[in-house]
Order: sequence, then structure tokens, then C-alpha cells
Amino acid sequence: MSALKIKKGSTSHSAYNLRPTFSDVEERHTLAVLVENEPGVLARVIGLFSGRGYNIESLTVAEVDHTGHLSRITIVTVGTPQVIEQIKAQLGRIVSVHEVHDLTVEGPSVERELAMFKVAGQGDKRVEALRLADIFRANVVDSTLESFVFEITGAPDKIDAFADLMRPLGLVEVARTGVAALPRGD
Amino acid sequence: MTRQMTGAKMVVQALIDQGVDTVFGYPGGAVLPIYDEIFQQNSIKHILVRHEQGAVHAAEGYARATGKPGVCLVTSGPGATNAVTGLTDALMDSIPIVVLTGQVPTFMIGSDAFQEADTVGITRPCTKHNWLVKETDRLPGVLHEAFHVATAGRPGPVLIDIPKDVQFAQGTYQPPKPSTSHYQPQVKGDMEAITELVAAIETAKRPIFYTGGGVINSGPGASQLLRELVDATGFPITSTLMGLGCYPASGKHWMGMLGMHGLYEANMAMHDCDLMINIGARFDDRITGRIDAFSPKSKKAHIDIDPSSINKVIKADIPIVGDVGHVLEDILKVWKSRGRKTNQSAVAQWWSKIEEWKAVDCLKFQQTGKTIKPQHALARLEALTKDHDRYICTEVGQHQMWAAQYLGFEDPNRWMTSGGLGTMGYGFPASIGVQMGHPEALVINVAGEASWLMNMQELGTAMQFNLPVKQFILNNERLGMVRQWQELLHGERYSHSWSESLPDFVKLAEAFGAKGILCSDPDDLDDAIMEMINHDGPVLFDCLVEKHENCFPMIPSGKAHNEMLLGEAETQGVIDAKGSVLV
Repeated sequence: MSALKIKKGSTSHSAYNLRPTFSDVEERHTLAVLVENEPGVLARVIGLFSGRGYNIESLTVAEVDHTGHLSRITIVTVGTPQVIEQIKAQLGRIVSVHEVHDLTVEGPSVERELAMFKVAGQGDKRVEALRLADIFRANVVDSTLESFVFEITGAPDKIDAFADLMRPLGLVEVARTGVAALPRGD
Repeated sequence: MTRQMTGAKMVVQALIDQGVDTVFGYPGGAVLPIYDEIFQQNSIKHILVRHEQGAVHAAEGYARATGKPGVCLVTSGPGATNAVTGLTDALMDSIPIVVLTGQVPTFMIGSDAFQEADTVGITRPCTKHNWLVKETDRLPGVLHEAFHVATAGRPGPVLIDIPKDVQFAQGTYQPPKPSTSHYQPQVKGDMEAITELVAAIETAKRPIFYTGGGVINSGPGASQLLRELVDATGFPITSTLMGLGCYPASGKHWMGMLGMHGLYEANMAMHDCDLMINIGARFDDRITGRIDAFSPKSKKAHIDIDPSSINKVIKADIPIVGDVGHVLEDILKVWKSRGRKTNQSAVAQWWSKIEEWKAVDCLKFQQTGKTIKPQHALARLEALTKDHDRYICTEVGQHQMWAAQYLGFEDPNRWMTSGGLGTMGYGFPASIGVQMGHPEALVINVAGEASWLMNMQELGTAMQFNLPVKQFILNNERLGMVRQWQELLHGERYSHSWSESLPDFVKLAEAFGAKGILCSDPDDLDDAIMEMINHDGPVLFDCLVEKHENCFPMIPSGKAHNEMLLGEAETQGVIDAKGSVLV
């Protein structure tokens, strides 16, 4: 599930629709944006994406440095290389933004997401759900006689795969945090 | 020296400490404490406008003409929302202004209080940065930071929203200190890229300088360096609408403005060049025309202080991020140290080609008959005012393009026009701001009658503060540019593009106590213009011009630079369906 699907901006009446894309191939990039932790800073970042018609696949934000007053926003976005470069440059010129890192190109990185799945069912389906959860190293964080809530952590495609398996077994509700990511090594 | 004072006094003190001498504003409930402080001091002049949009445009005019940030003070709610157009205008044209808005008291924010609006929310996308200050102790720091952000890097508008209880409360005032802000844009260009550009300059056969508002924003020193580089290399130079004046119109290498209504020679040279040196311009869609046919044979260098301008529209072969003045200085240094080389014979051949294009004389017109042609009116205005200490503002439309074509600018900061946003109603308040910055100068606003009416209430401001601004209205009783596009694109169906029920401009001027001049006969034009110049006070000059004149030359929407239209005969069916969706 993509967290936010912001509609493309209305560009059909501007000269921008004649813009040549330097490459048509869309790429998925994970950006880490360190921002001043102040009111409205998330609105500035999201407003940039909606105002200029960029995509947000996933977005997470939390304070990471209390004394330094910094929050980290992790954004997964999709676009042609030119658009990705524009997004980074546009983020960089927001006054509250301290640093922009493209984790997809700056070397290997590790991405994790936490998700919770409510699965309702009885009999074989319930047993199968529990067995698969074990394989995926998902934890049971709530249980009734007719349902489980699983907690799972992993890369987004692992969570997608778990969701696909749970769907025929009685998947009722999903909550995902979106991607958090860090570069590997030092 | 730190001192205890109220938030309202801090605002006035910070403005004084920042060197502000003029504030354009309009009072209201949520800014009364600040107005009370303004009443009790003599360091800052307050210009009472008649509408908050006028305050922001006046501040823009002041900023463009003086190089200093313009300052506005308006109230909450409608005061703030009326400022939005001016903020957007300043953002698009990179004009440094600081707008102070009152806000309802902090404990009422979010309660839909009287004259409450989410000002920082509304203005977030149309400011470079904005702040809502909820503690009086934070106010001095934010005020000083606002001036830093407005002027550092690519300039732009900033806004500070100050709740009324913050204005009343006591706090500790801090004077300005050297900026400790993390916001410190890079001003020095990369030397490797600069050397690469110099090497390209040395070998280019068909080079062109394409300059823009960034040269003006970088300060008068940048214009001086540009002139030195252009004259030393002997390369031709063109400029965007925003950059007029950075190289003198009387200069040997000047080719005139480029773009949609730019000069034929400038656009043809852009199309055929082999080295394009973009200095402080942003490949706007009014400049590039059809992008996949834009200057196909050239290597493109792009100097811009804003990294997001680079590769946004046109791929740069030599990107240089930095301040125009710093980069030009380094280019000159490197180029001189390598022996001041250019490919002189090839450049001479290039100039002979350019002379052929110039010979087309794309701005020629004939003043015949008893109706004044708008081009003729501007040619006479130019002839009669060019030796004055002159500043020109414009509104938006045909008259704006004609002014850019027929008036010559010898220096930067002499030309104030709404380029990016294209705001009708900009010019008149802007001229008031310019006159405040240069009280002795001749300030003329070239206007259309429709644009001028959008902020005509500012005639009261001009009268009250005895600002002798000259409003030169080319009155064709039409929304001329709209009418032109309807003629070219919409089968001559002139939907709502004429001005009916126009006022008698002479009487209108007189109603405000100003001078009105009506001129409709070409034979009277010179005398009438002289009368306008010689009158000590605001003048409304109603110049009745040819109603159906179109603005040429023109690159039709969706066409390339070498597909310019030079006149009426060439306009039939030139814009195809793809082009007609463009604005």
C-alpha cells in the first residue's frame, strides 16, 4: 500500500508538457531529508511535492535529534532521473531543510518498514496464518478466538509478500509505517 | 545591546537596525500595537497605500529600484490574503521583500476569530520562507533572520505573522548579529566548470550571452563585470525581460530582448549559436518556445545561484552554481590569465550573419494617419525621456512588450516589470515604490487602460505623499494581448476582451486632484509628453492609440525560435492544436 498518492499537478495548459524527458525510465529513489523540527516543516515538504506534481510513495517523519532540533523525513518517490534531480534540488532550497541525501545513489543502504496486519478466520485458515507468520518472523501482538494482529518488520517487498499471503486467509486491516532507511557502513 | 521592550516596539527597532527607511502598509485591528509604535518615531516613513496588494507591489518596486529589501506591514485576515498576489509576484521574479502581518492573539488562533486566516498556511507556497512567531522573545531573531533569508542566495519574499498578544507582551530585544543561520547559499562557482566555460569561450564560433534577472539581483557590480566580459570578448548579448539594463541598450554588442516577443536577431542567434552562455536566466517558457527545437546546435553553459534552476527545463552542458558577480569575476580572471583568446575570425563571420538578421528591422512600423500607433507613442516617449534620470515600470500585456522593445535601458535597476507572474495592476503601485526610493527621478509607468484600472485606487497614495509618478496609459479600449490571442487562436471571437464603460481618465485624475492629459492626435504627442514630464505631480496620461494593433515579432506557442512571425501577413493558421493549449 502506498501511503500517499498525490495527484499529478495540472500541467496540461503550460509549456511544461513539451518538456523533453532526458530519459523516460522512471526510477524509485529513497530520500532522507534532515529538517529543522519546527511547525509547518512537513507541510513545506509535502506542499512542494503536490505543488510541482511529484509522487510520494511513502513518507515517514519523526524527530531524531532533540538537542539539535532536527527531524528526519524519509521519502520514497518515483520519477525519471531528471525529475529526481529536480526533487532533490527543490528540497534543498527549502530554508528549513538542512540536508538532502539520495540513499539510492549514495551507496548501499538498508530500508525497513513496520506493519500490522489484522487477520480474522477460523480453522485451517487460522492455523495457516499463524504458520506463515512464523516463517516471516511476524509477532502476534493481539489475539482473540477469531483474529490475530501480526506485527512484522522488514523491507517493503517482504511486507508486500506477507500481505499477499494473508489476503486469502482473512486479512481485515493493514497499518504500515512507511519506509525508514539508513546508509550501510560508516 | 539587549533591552526589554514590547513585541511591537521590537518590530520597529529591528526595522531601524536593518536600515529600513520606508514601510508600505495599511493598518487594521491585529497590527494596531505596531502602528502605535510607528506613530511615536521619526526614523521610518510609512506610506499608507489604498489596498494591501498595492503595498506589496510598491515594496517590490522599491526593492528593484534601490537593491534594498522592500518592507510591508498589513493586518491579519483580509490584509494578509490581499498580499498574496504580490508575494507570488515577488517569488516568481526573485525580489527581496519582507512582509509583516498581524495575527489574532495566540489563544484565539484556530477559533475562526474575526479577521483570522491561516496566513502562514496560505503563504507557504508563495514565500521563500515564512514564520508564525508565538513568543515575544523569539521575535527579534526571526525579524533579523527574515532580512537574511530575503536577500541571501536567490532573493525572494518572506513573511512574518505576529499575533497581537505577542506585539503587546514584553521581551528581550537583540540587535542584529552576523548571521548564524544554516541557510548560507553557495556564491562561488566551481573553478573546474568555470575553466571549462573559458575554454569554450576561446574556441566558440557562434557564441551568445543570454542574460537575465540574476545579473540585476547580483548587484550593480555584476552588471559592470558583464559589460567588461562582453566588450572584451566581442560576443553578442541578448537578455530576458527581467534582465534589461544589465548591458546598455546603446552598447555595441546589444541585440535586444529575446523570447516570445523578443527581437528577430536575438532569437535567430539563440537558435543558431554554438555556445550559449546563460547568466542568471532560467530558460523560462517565454524564452525557449518549443523545447525540443530550442537552440539545437549549441553547447549550453548555465550560471545560476539556484541549483534547482539547472537542468530544470534545458540540460546544461556546463552547469555553474554560484552568484553571477562572483562567477563573472572568476571567468574574467581565468580568461585573462589564459591570454584573452577568442576565435576572432569566426566571431566576425557570426556578426555579419547577425547584421543580416538585424537588417530585417523587425521593430519597424509606420506612423500614418491621425491615430497614434502604440509603438510610435513609446518611440516618442523614449526620445523625450531617455536623457532624464529615468525609471520605467509597466503593467502587463501588449504595452509591456512594446515598452521592452522600444525603450532603451542603459543601467540596471531602471526597469520594473512583472515578468514571471504577469500581474496586471503591478506597475502603478510599483512606480510609487520606485519614486519613494528615488524622489528626484522621473518615474514613468507604461500601462494599458485595463491593467491600470486594477490598482487605480493608488492614485490616492500618490497624491497624499506627493509622488510625481507619470502614468502613461496606452489606451486601446481593449485587453490587447487577450484580443491578439483571440484573433490568432480563437477565430476572432473577441470574448470579453474589450474595455467598456471606461472612465474619463482626465476627470478621474482631477477627481483625485491629479493632472490628467488626453492625447489622441500624433501631432500633439510630443507637446503632451513634455507637459507630462514638466508637471510637478502625478499625471494620468490617456494616450488613445490604434485599437487593433498586434504585438510583433512573435514566436507562436509551440514553435521554435527560427519560426518567428514578423507581422500580420504571416499569422494565418500558424498555431497548431498542440500549440494552442499553451498559455
